Amino acid sequence: MTTFLAVVLTALLSVTALLALTRLYRGPSLVDRVIAADMLLATMVGAVGAEAAVNRHATTLPVLVVLSLLGFVGSVSLVRFAVREQQ
Amino acid sequence: MATIADWLGAGCLVAGAVLALAAGIGVLRFPDALSRMHAATKPQVLGVLLLLLGIALRLRSPADLGMILLVAVFQLATAPVAAQMIGRAAYRSGRLDRSLLDADELAERGPDGGPAGPA
Repeated sequence: MTTFLAVVLTALLSVTALLALTRLYRGPSLVDRVIAADMLLATMVGAVGAEAAVNRHATTLPVLVVLSLLGFVGSVSLVRFAVREQQ
Repeated sequence: MATIADWLGAGCLVAGAVLALAAGIGVLRFPDALSRMHAATKPQVLGVLLLLLGIALRLRSPADLGMILLVAVFQLATAPVAAQMIGRAAYRSGRLDRSLLDADELAERGPDGGPAGPA
């Protein structure tokens, strides 16, 4: 069951990250790229957490805290930069 | 009891990953920045929360639960703020498809939202 779970979660989250990367590459404006980068970071939170859950260890849980705050700070600062840029 | 929690945790993990995949499809397929933001934030937050619930159901130790709760609170507190700022920036930089809007309550502020106060 653990192996099956790992395979399913890996497939789903990898496809999600790939879709976010595609939008990050194509996104016509900086705002679209910020959305895609934010989503990519949330997918990473999910992936790191899923790895911790599948293998039953808690060593990477502080990484989750850092990532979830980093995404917020990154997208907010980039968006403020974007608004100032276009005025 | 332990196996029930394990299976529930596995179900939560898979559901969260499916929601994250739905967010990814929406971000790739939706037409403009506002709808992409909508697609990215809502299922993504619920997806991350479901994944965290899955982790909590599989780890089951109090110290880990505290840290997982911290991550969930951060996500719940920061995602709406970031989404609001991204939506505001998208509106003010004109990155939206006006034919998709039902009501534009900021229209009377001037062209492209105008100066709607401090950014």
